[in-house]
Amino acid sequence: MSFIWVLLIAASVVTAAVNGRMGELTAAMSASAQTAVTLSLGLVGIMTLWLGLTKVAEEAGLVALLARAARPVLRRLFPDVPPEHPAMGAMVMNVAANLLGLGNAATPFGIEAMRRLDELNPHRGTATDAQALFCALNTASLQLVPATVIALRAAAGAKSPADVIGPTLLATACAATAAVVAAKLLARAFPRPAPPA
Amino acid sequence: MLRHALEIVSAWAVPLLLAGIPLYALARKVRVYPVFLDGARQGFETAVRIIPPLVAIVVALGMLRASGAMEAAAGGLASVTATLGIPAPVLPMILVRPLSGGAALGVVGEVLRSEGPDSYAGRLVSVMAGSTETTFYVLAVYMGAIGVTRYRQALPAALLADLVGFTASVLVVRAFFG
Repeated sequence: MSFIWVLLIAASVVTAAVNGRMGELTAAMSASAQTAVTLSLGLVGIMTLWLGLTKVAEEAGLVALLARAARPVLRRLFPDVPPEHPAMGAMVMNVAANLLGLGNAATPFGIEAMRRLDELNPHRGTATDAQALFCALNTASLQLVPATVIALRAAAGAKSPADVIGPTLLATACAATAAVVAAKLLARAFPRPAPPA
Repeated sequence: MLRHALEIVSAWAVPLLLAGIPLYALARKVRVYPVFLDGARQGFETAVRIIPPLVAIVVALGMLRASGAMEAAAGGLASVTATLGIPAPVLPMILVRPLSGGAALGVVGEVLRSEGPDSYAGRLVSVMAGSTETTFYVLAVYMGAIGVTRYRQALPAALLADLVGFTASVLVVRAFFG
C-alpha cells in the first residue's frame, strides 16, 4: 500500500504541475482531509449502536445460528476459517445487510468480521486470504435493489425508474464472481511473509 | 412488485432487528444492557481508529482528481471506449467509480440530465453505478479498522471485479434494452 499511496500523490503533483493546477491541488488536500474525518465521524454513532447490538446477538447465540445456515457456502469460500468461528457469523450479517441495502448496518458488521478474521491472522498488518476475499467481495456492491440510482432516475423523469434492477443484479453477480475468482487465483501471486520464528 | 416487497423488507428490517435481538437475548438470560455497552464501546473505538487510514486515502484520491489527471485520461481513452460501446459522457463513471461515491453519483446525475434516463447512456450509467462500489473507500475502512497496511491481492481483485462489472453492464444493457 505504501507504494500505491506514494504513487498516487506523486502522480497528482506532477499532473497538477503540468496542468498549472497547484492552487486547486492544495485546496483539495485540506478539503479531502476534512471530508475523510466527516465520513469517519458519520460512522461513529451507527457503529456504536450496531456493534453493541451485534454483541448482544452473539451472546444470545444468534450469530452462530446464522453462520450454521450459511456454512456450506462459507466453507468453500473461506477454507482457512474454522466453521464455528465467530468471523463466519459476522460475515453472514454483513452480506445479509448488503443485500437488503442497509449500508449503515453492513459496514459495522463488515468491520466486526474483519476484526474476527484478524484473530486468525499470524501476521498482523498483512491481510490473510480470507480478509482479502471478504474485502474484494464487499467492493462488488451486493445489493438487491440499487435504491439511490432508482431515486436519481425517478427524479430525472424516467418512464420506469426501476427497469435497471434486473440488469444491475446480473452485472453485480458478474462482478462478485470475478472478485471471488480473482482473489482466489491472485492469492499465490502475493505470498504471505514467513511465519515468525 | 419485487421492488415493493423489497422496500417493505428494507423499512422493517432495522426496527425488527433492534427490537427482536434484545428480546431474544433476554429470553436466553443474556445480561443485555452491559453486553450491549461492551460491544458498543468496541464500535466506537473502531470508528475512531478508521480516521487516519481514511484521511490518507481520501486525500490522495482528492489530489488525483484536482490535478486534472481524470480529464487527461478521459481524453486519451474516449476513442477506444467508444468502439467498446461506452459513450463519451459515461466514461468519467469508469474512472471515478472506484475512487469516490459522491463523484460517481454526480456523474450519474449529469448523464441522466444530459442524455435522458431512458437513453442507452442513461441506463448504462445507472447499471454501472448500481453494480459496483467505491473500492478504495471500502478497502480503506475495512483494512484500516484492523490496522492492515499490506492488502495483498485485495486491491487487484477488487479493481478487476470493477472492470468485470463495467464490462458486464455494457453487455447486459445492450441485451436488455437493445
